[in-house]
Amino acid sequence: MILRAENISKRYFRRTGQANYFEAVKPLSLALEPGSLTLLMGRSGGGKTTLLHMLSGLLTPTEGKVWLGDTDLYALPDAQLSRLRGEQIGVVPQGRSAVDTLTVLENVLLPGQLCGRPAKQETALYWLEALEIGNLADARPAALSGGELRRMAIARVLTQDPQVILADEPTGDLDDASTRLVLSILQKAAHEQGKTVFVVTHENDAREYADRVYRMDGGSLS
Amino acid sequence: MNAFSLAIKNLIRKPGRTAALTLLTAFLALSVFGGSLVVSSLQRGLHSLESRLGADIIVLPASAQSKVSFEKLLLQGTTGAFYMDASALDAVREVEGVEIAAPQTFLASLKADCCAVKVQVIGMDQETDFVVQPWIAQSYSRSLGDMDVAVGCKVEADVGETLRIYDENCHVVARLAPTGTGLDTAVYCNMDTMNHLLAAAEQKGVSHKITSDSEETISAVYVKVKDGYDIDQVNSKLNGHVRKATAVRTRSMLTQVSDSLAGVSRTVSLLIAAVWVLALIILLIAFAMMAAERRREFAVLRLVGTSRRGLCRLVLTESALCSLAGGLIGIGAAAAVVFPFTTLIETQLGLPYLTPDARTMLLLGALALGVTVLVGALASAWAALRLSRTDPGATLREGA
Repeated sequence: MILRAENISKRYFRRTGQANYFEAVKPLSLALEPGSLTLLMGRSGGGKTTLLHMLSGLLTPTEGKVWLGDTDLYALPDAQLSRLRGEQIGVVPQGRSAVDTLTVLENVLLPGQLCGRPAKQETALYWLEALEIGNLADARPAALSGGELRRMAIARVLTQDPQVILADEPTGDLDDASTRLVLSILQKAAHEQGKTVFVVTHENDAREYADRVYRMDGGSLS
Repeated sequence: MNAFSLAIKNLIRKPGRTAALTLLTAFLALSVFGGSLVVSSLQRGLHSLESRLGADIIVLPASAQSKVSFEKLLLQGTTGAFYMDASALDAVREVEGVEIAAPQTFLASLKADCCAVKVQVIGMDQETDFVVQPWIAQSYSRSLGDMDVAVGCKVEADVGETLRIYDENCHVVARLAPTGTGLDTAVYCNMDTMNHLLAAAEQKGVSHKITSDSEETISAVYVKVKDGYDIDQVNSKLNGHVRKATAVRTRSMLTQVSDSLAGVSRTVSLLIAAVWVLALIILLIAFAMMAAERRREFAVLRLVGTSRRGLCRLVLTESALCSLAGGLIGIGAAAAVVFPFTTLIETQLGLPYLTPDARTMLLLGALALGVTVLVGALASAWAALRLSRTDPGATLREGA
């Protein structure tokens, strides 16, 4: 499913120099095609994560619209937008994203269960195995390293089986081998399953997996 | 996994946090249920005392001490005796406006070999009595025969047993319903039995005679005033007409008890209100701290498809479960503290105290549970509202 950003921008109202606001993302348009892996690179503080959050329905743009197919995300009431996010948009956020009271397996199964479309346990275990953390299925997140938690978040999105995958530095805490594993899995998700995959990363090596690469600095896309 | 099962898992797998919240709410339920149980018992005791003191006026021997002794006897079950000449009864009956005058005679048994228990024995004239007999009639439909006694619920003697008082065997024919007053520790008999016991006591050296030549003595006269007569005026007339006696309006006696009870009730109610406010503040802080600690967890839940309303539902469900468990624990703890110490509370307060019936107790329990859950819900609603309004994107970026 195509994910489109139409003249979206994000301004935070705070005094910076002459202006009364800080423009984290300057007006931009973007179309993410199904079956392709799009990479977004750039320096820290360039607006990459803000853009990803706006694309995922987590952060309302100051201006512009985000369309998933024919649906204007921010025109939906919260309950519908949340349901859509649970069913069709999988997000791998930066940093820890685990519910500490649940096991790794329960965390991975959570999105489907919350939106009433539970995934099979075998599917969850398959992705945990594929990401080489199958042995941690019954562990609690507190016992996992940063890299293992990143892979758990990726397994959660893959088990959720959404149309769109938005990943914010999914390889941030990973070693080279794990980075290659994750990127190849995301590439397969795009190429073999027709998913729309958008990855924010600092890894130059990730370019070889991408169908398209954008760069973002100072809130502008190039 | 729905909000309920997620809430259950959150509670079970964070036992420290759950225990702290449960304990707080348990403390609240304990104070609300325990406090309202005490207040309700005091109010019920007062009602019981009102119905037991069915007279308008009580005439007592004219010593300042006697009224105090009478109140102690009535409220605390202290044994004691005070006497006036039986002619006082005739003098009472002569006063205009007196409809019924029923005498009672008191005798305290001894803690000695001659007596099975140390109790207050109250003799009444069955032909005129309108105070004790209706109460006895609830448990025993016949008149008390010679050497028959009816015992208060706190006297250790069962129906069919024999109670030895001054070496005289008295047959227990009835066990009376509780009143929550000192009357529960007394033994009741007719005047013939009382005269018999007085004579027996005399032989043991316990004299009831006011002077060495006095024949008959009584301890109190219960007076019912005729309709249409002013009770205060009749009371004044009695005070003027009956020698060496004091007439006391029962209402003034009840007013004193009622005032004391109102004081205790006010104190307990204030304590409950203070605990309520304190618990609300502590719970607000606890939920606010919990919300701050779990911001990232809630942002993740928003990320994977939980709506704002779903998040509120989760927080409220967790709070309701904690409050419910805490409420039940608190009510159980209050029952465990209040019921075994009923006698001690009664003695310490020195007021009529009658534990409510099962239905009232269930209602009080439900009320305490409701208040506890309400406080938990109020405290967590604020946290839930704040959490649901938090921008999950911004939270996820924090500490990333």
